[in-house]
Amino acid sequence: MRYLNAICACLLGLLISTSVLAETPSEAQKPLLLELTEVKLSKALPVLQQLEASEGADMMALFKTMLNGDLYYEKETKRLIAALKEQSVTRYSDLFTGAALNELSSNQVKKIKVNNTLRGYLGEAIARMQLNHPDSAVRTDAVRSLFSDLGPNTIELIRTARLNEQSRSVQEVMDVALALYRAAHSDDATERLQAVKDLEGSLEPEVRNQLTKLAENDPSRSVRKAAQIGLDKIDQQAEMYGFINQLFFGLSLGSVLLLAAIGLAITFGVMGVINMAHGEMIMLGAYTTYVVQLMLPNMIEYSLWIAVPLAFMVSGLAGILIERLVIRHLHGRPLETLLATFGISLILQQLVRTVFSPLNRQVATPEWMSGSIEINPLLSLTLNRLYIVAFALLVFMILLIVLKKTSLGLNVRAVSQNRDMAKAMGIRTDRVDAMTFGLGSGIAGIAGVALSQLTNVGPNLGQAYIIDSFMVVVFGGVGNLWGTLVAAFTLGVANKFIEPVTGAVLASILVLVFIILFIQKRPKGLFPQKGRAAE
Amino acid sequence: MKIKHLVSGIALTMGASVLSISAMAADTIKVGVLHSLSGTMAISETTLKDTVLMMVEEQNKKGGLLGKQLEAVVVDPASNWPLFAEKTRELLTKDQVDVIFGCWTSVSRKSALPVLEELNGLMFYPVQYEGEESSKNVFYTGAAPNQQAIPAVDYLMNDLGVKRWVLAGTDYVYPRTTNKILEAYLKAKGVAAEDIMINYTPFGHSDWQSIVSDIKSFGAEGKKTAVVSTINGDANIPFYKELGNQGISAEDIPVVAFSVGEEELSGLDTKPLVGHLAAWNYFQSVESDANTAFISKWKAFTGNPDRVTNDPMEATYIGFKMWTQAVEKAGTTDVNAVEQAMIGQETENLTGGMAYMNKNHHLSKPVLIGEIQDDGQLEVVWETEGLVAGDAWSDFLPGSKDLISDWTAPISCGNYNTVTKTCSGQNY
Amino acid sequence: MSSFLTNFMSFSRINGESKVAPFVVLLLAVTALASASNLLMPQDSVFYVSTYTITLLGKYLCYAMLALAVDVIWGYCGILSLGHGAFFALGGYAMGMYLMRQIGDRGVYGNPELPDFMVFLNWSELPWFWQGMDQFWVAMLMVLLVPGILAYVFGWLAFRSRVTGVYLSIMTQALTYALLLSFFRNEMGFGGNNGLTDFKDIIGFDLQSDNTRVSLFIITALLLCGLLVLSKKIMQTRFGKVIVAIRDGESRARFIGYRTENYKVWLFVYSAMIAGIAGALYVPQVGIINPGEFSPINSIEIVIWVAVGGRGTLIGAIIGAILVNYAKTKFTAIMPDGWLFALGAMFVLVTLYLPKGLMGLVAQLKDQQLQSKQRSANNSSNEKAEEGHA
Repeated sequence: MRYLNAICACLLGLLISTSVLAETPSEAQKPLLLELTEVKLSKALPVLQQLEASEGADMMALFKTMLNGDLYYEKETKRLIAALKEQSVTRYSDLFTGAALNELSSNQVKKIKVNNTLRGYLGEAIARMQLNHPDSAVRTDAVRSLFSDLGPNTIELIRTARLNEQSRSVQEVMDVALALYRAAHSDDATERLQAVKDLEGSLEPEVRNQLTKLAENDPSRSVRKAAQIGLDKIDQQAEMYGFINQLFFGLSLGSVLLLAAIGLAITFGVMGVINMAHGEMIMLGAYTTYVVQLMLPNMIEYSLWIAVPLAFMVSGLAGILIERLVIRHLHGRPLETLLATFGISLILQQLVRTVFSPLNRQVATPEWMSGSIEINPLLSLTLNRLYIVAFALLVFMILLIVLKKTSLGLNVRAVSQNRDMAKAMGIRTDRVDAMTFGLGSGIAGIAGVALSQLTNVGPNLGQAYIIDSFMVVVFGGVGNLWGTLVAAFTLGVANKFIEPVTGAVLASILVLVFIILFIQKRPKGLFPQKGRAAE
Repeated sequence: MKIKHLVSGIALTMGASVLSISAMAADTIKVGVLHSLSGTMAISETTLKDTVLMMVEEQNKKGGLLGKQLEAVVVDPASNWPLFAEKTRELLTKDQVDVIFGCWTSVSRKSALPVLEELNGLMFYPVQYEGEESSKNVFYTGAAPNQQAIPAVDYLMNDLGVKRWVLAGTDYVYPRTTNKILEAYLKAKGVAAEDIMINYTPFGHSDWQSIVSDIKSFGAEGKKTAVVSTINGDANIPFYKELGNQGISAEDIPVVAFSVGEEELSGLDTKPLVGHLAAWNYFQSVESDANTAFISKWKAFTGNPDRVTNDPMEATYIGFKMWTQAVEKAGTTDVNAVEQAMIGQETENLTGGMAYMNKNHHLSKPVLIGEIQDDGQLEVVWETEGLVAGDAWSDFLPGSKDLISDWTAPISCGNYNTVTKTCSGQNY
Repeated sequence: MSSFLTNFMSFSRINGESKVAPFVVLLLAVTALASASNLLMPQDSVFYVSTYTITLLGKYLCYAMLALAVDVIWGYCGILSLGHGAFFALGGYAMGMYLMRQIGDRGVYGNPELPDFMVFLNWSELPWFWQGMDQFWVAMLMVLLVPGILAYVFGWLAFRSRVTGVYLSIMTQALTYALLLSFFRNEMGFGGNNGLTDFKDIIGFDLQSDNTRVSLFIITALLLCGLLVLSKKIMQTRFGKVIVAIRDGESRARFIGYRTENYKVWLFVYSAMIAGIAGALYVPQVGIINPGEFSPINSIEIVIWVAVGGRGTLIGAIIGAILVNYAKTKFTAIMPDGWLFALGAMFVLVTLYLPKGLMGLVAQLKDQQLQSKQRSANNSSNEKAEEGHA
C-alpha cells in the first residue's frame, strides 16, 4: 500500500516536472507574474491576458495549476509555487523549475485565488495553446471548447493550425469553427451562404444558435432561407436524440428501481415476508461502501468492486439474523412481520445515526464512473448511469441463474410453492428460509453500493426507496422476477416521459395513482402467479 | 387512611417542587433552546443548540447577566411541526424562560408563532427565510430575501453578465417566495419571460437527469446562463453530481445556492461543486479577529478540530449578543422592555463591521458571495459595499409592496399598510 | 374443528368481555376533573392543571380516537390500513380551511377573502374548493364527507376486486404517500409544506382563551366516549357479526351468501369518518395542520398504538394510543436519541410476545387466576369426593 502510494506520488511529480519545462520567465514576464500575486481578483484577467501574449517561458504550467486552484506564492519572495495535495499532506514545488520545496510550511505561502471568470479564461487560453498538441483528441476538444468565444485572434490561431492539420476529424471540427466565424462576421452574402452550407451536418449548439440568428436577422433572403433549412434539419435530429435521451433516463431510473426492488422480489415475492427493513438493507450496503473507502483511501478506483461482495455479506448476514431472531417466529402472519420489521428498520436507522452520525457520509465516485460519453453534441450518456443499468441487469441475470440452476434455488422454489410438501421431501425449510432471506437482503446490500454513487449516503437512504420498491414488486406481480424487471423499467420510463410535461412531483403522484388503480383492476400484478401456489 | 397520607404526600412533594422551581427562577435567567435534536432537521439544528449552549457558558464565565447566572433549558421538538407549538408553550408556561433561541424551517416558526404571541414570549430566529413576516415577539437574525437572493442576482448579472436564468427550487414556501421575488426583480430589470425557467422538485429529490438536461439545453442557446438554486438540503449533492456528470462546469453555468454552506459541505465529495457559488452573510473563511476567536472557541467547545462554522451560527451569535446587550440596557428580562431595547442595538459581525437591529426586527448585515473550494470552504469573490438592511416585506410582491414593519411608536406594527395607513391583522 | 373453536372463542370474546361502561366513566371523570382544575383553581394552587397539560391531554384523546378508527377495521375486520393518517389529515384540513377563513381580514395582508399564503403567492381569487368553507356546517360536513368519500371510492375499488391482506396495506400506504406528495405542492392551494396555521377563532370563540381550550378538550372526550360506545354497539349488531365473520373467513362468509365487499366498504367508510373527526378536533387544539400528517410513518405508528393496547378490543386501542404518546412525550424529553430505539423495540417485542397487546395480557392474567381458582376448587372437590369414597 505504502509503495503504491509512493509510486503514485512519484508519477504525479514526474508529470508536473515534465509539463513544466525548466524555463525561466523572461524579463517581460517577471513584473506580470509579480503583479499576479498582488492584484485583486477582479483585476487579474488583464494580467493573465498579457501573460498569454507575452514572449518567453511557456505559460501552460501556470495556467493549468491556476485552473486547478493549486497556484500559491511564497509570501516572502513572491515566487510562484505549485501545490500538490494528496490526502492531508500538501507538497510544494517551484512552478517553473519544478524543484521540490519541502521546507515550506502552509503559513509561509498564500493561495492565488481564482474565480469563474478566470477559470473560463484559463480554459480557453489552454485550449488555444493546445491547438498543436500531439494528441488529436486533445486538439478536437481544444477547438470545440473555443466555439463559444471565437474572436479574430483565436480564428487566426485555428486557421494556422488548420494548414498543418493531418487528422481528418480535427480538420472537420476546425472547418466548423472557421465557417461559424465566417457566417457571423463576413460582409459578403455569398460567403455567408457558403458558410451556412459548410455548417450542415454539425450538431454543435453554437452552430444552432448561429443559424437561428441568421434565419431571423440576416439581410440576405437566400441566407435566411438556407439557415432555416439547416435549422430544421438540426431540430429534427434534436427531436430524435431527445427521445433517445429520455428513454435512457427512463431506463436508468428503471434500473435503480430494479436494483432496489429485486431483493424485495425475493423476500416478499418468494417468501411472502413483508420486509419493511428492506430499505435499511440497502442503506447498510451503501454504508459498507463508505467504510471500504474509509479503510482504503488509496484504492478509490477499486473500492466498488471490493464493496460489492462485502455489502452482500454484511446485508446478507443482517438479513439472516433478522430472519432467525424475529421473522421465524411470525411465520404465516404477514401483517405482523410488517410491523416487526418496521420496528427493526427504526432501530437500524437510529443505530447508523449513532455510529456514523446523522450527517450524510461522503462516498467518492471513482474516476472511471465520472463524466459521460458523448455520442454527438446532442446526445451524451452519463457513465455512472450507464454502468448502473448494466450492473442492474447483471445482478438480475445472476439471481435468475441462482434460482434456476443451483440446488439452493431449487429448494427455494420448492418451499415457496408448497412448504409442507417440500418438508416432506426432506428439505430443511427453516434453513432454506434463512438462506432465502439472506439472499434477498444481500442483493439489497449490493443495490446499496450502486445507489451510493447516485444519491446521499445517510440514515434516511432506505426510506426513500422502500415505497417505490413495494410498488415495483406489487405492480410486476409477486413471486415473478421477470415481472419485477418489466415493472421497474416500465415505471422508470413512464415517469421520465411524464416528467417534462407535468414536473417531477406530479409525475411521481400520477405514477402512484396509476399503480393504485392498476392493482384494483389486476390485484395480482402484471404477471400473476398461476396454479395452486398462488392461493 | 393510607390514601389520605398518599395524597397529602403527593401534594407536599408537588408543592415543594413548585417552590423549588420558583426559587430557581429567581436566581437564574432562563434561556430556552427550541431546536430539533432528532428527526430530519437534527442534522442542522443540533449545531445551533450547541452554539447557544456555548454562548450561555461564555456569558456565565463573564459573570452572567444582571448579576444572575444564565440557565439553558433545552427541549426537543423532534422535527415535528405541531410539536414546536407544544414545546414553545412548555418553555413559556412550565419552564417560564425569558427568551427562546430556536426554529430552523419556516413551518416550525409559523407553528410556534401563535403561541409566542399569545403568551408574549421572545424568540430569536437565526436562519435565512422568505420574509413576509414581522412579529413583535420575534427577532429575525438570518437573511431576508433582499439580503441574500437579490444581491446574488445582482452579482451574476453585473459581474458575470448572466442573461438567462434558471430558478430551481424545492417545492416549499421559501423557494416559492424567493423565486416569486426574483422573477419580479428580473423582469423589472428587463429580462424577458422566455429567459427565465422555473422548476420545482420534491424534498429529497435524487433523480436529476431530466432537469439537468433541460438546464443544459436551456443554457446552450448562446446567452450566459446561471442557476439560482433554492434546492434544499439532501437534494443538493445528487444535483451537483448530475451537473458534473453531464459535463456542466461552474464556468459554463454557475449555480448560486442559498442553502448550501460549510456545514452541508463538510465531509462531502466537493469535487463536482468547485466553482459554484453560495450567497450568505458569513463564511468561515473570512479573516477577522472576531471570527478566528469564534472558530477556535467553537472547536474547543465541541472538542472536534474538524467542526466548521456557518451562517446560521453567526446569526445565533449576533442574536445572543444583542439580547444580552438589550437586557443590560433595559435592566430587566421583561419581554416588552427588552423588545424596545433591542431596536437600535449594534454588535460586531464575525466578518468585520457592525450588525444593526432595525425597527422591523431584521438586521442590517453585509452580503457575501463565495465560490466553493475543494476543501469544502467558501472563498469570498464579491461583497456588498455597505450593510444591507433586512426587508420584512418584499418590494417586488404585489401583496406586500405597500407594507412596512416598524415596531417603534407611533406605528408599532409589523405590517403597516402605507397606502391605507392601517395596521392589518394585529390582534394584540 | 379447532379453527372453528378459536373462531367461536374470539367471536364470543367481543360480545362478552371488556366492558365499556366503567372505562367511559373513568375517562369522563378524569376529563371533568382536569377541566375543573384548569378553570376553577387559581394558577398558584397545587391542584391547578396548566393549559399546557390540557392541550396535551386533548391531543392524546384525538390520537386515541384515531386509534379507535384503526381498531374498528383492523381488529374487527382484519383490514390493516397503513393509510389512516390520510383520513385524519383530510379531516384536519377541512377544519383548518374553516379556521383559515375565520381569520378574515385579520391576516397579515388584511385581505378579507384570501388566506395569507395565497396573497403572497399572487393568487387572485379563492379556488373553488375553498368556497363555502367559511360556514361552520359546511366545514363539518366536509370533515365527514371528504374522508368518507375517499374511503368509499378506494374501498369500493379495492374490496370489489378482492385486494386483500398485504396488498391492501401497501395500497393504502401508496394512497397516503400520493396525498403527501400532492399536499406538499403549493399549486394545490393548501399552503404547501407550511400547511395552515395562525388560527384566530372558532364559531366566534377565541382559540387562545382557556375556556375554548377546555371546551374543545371536553368535546373531544365526549365524542371519543360516544364513538367508543357506538362502535361497540355496531359490533354487537348483525352487521358487526358479519364483519367479524369476514375477518375470520372471508370466503366462507361469501359462500354463505353475504356480499362481503359491501360490508367491508361501509365499515371502511365509518372508520375513515372517525379518523376525519379526530383530525378535525386535533387541528384547533394543536394550532397547525401540514402535509407531515400524511407521512406513511405516522400511519404505521397508529397501528402500533393499537397493537400495544390490543387489537379488537377498542378500549385497548385508546389505552395504547394514550400510553405510547405519553411515553413519547417523556422519552423524547429525557433522551431524544433513545426514543427511536425504544419505539423500534416496542414494535418488535409487542408483535413477538404480546400479539394481543396489553388488553390481551390483562385477559390472560385474569384467565390464569380464574383457572388456578377453578383448579384449586376442582382439587378440593376432588379431595372431598375422595374423602367421601374413603
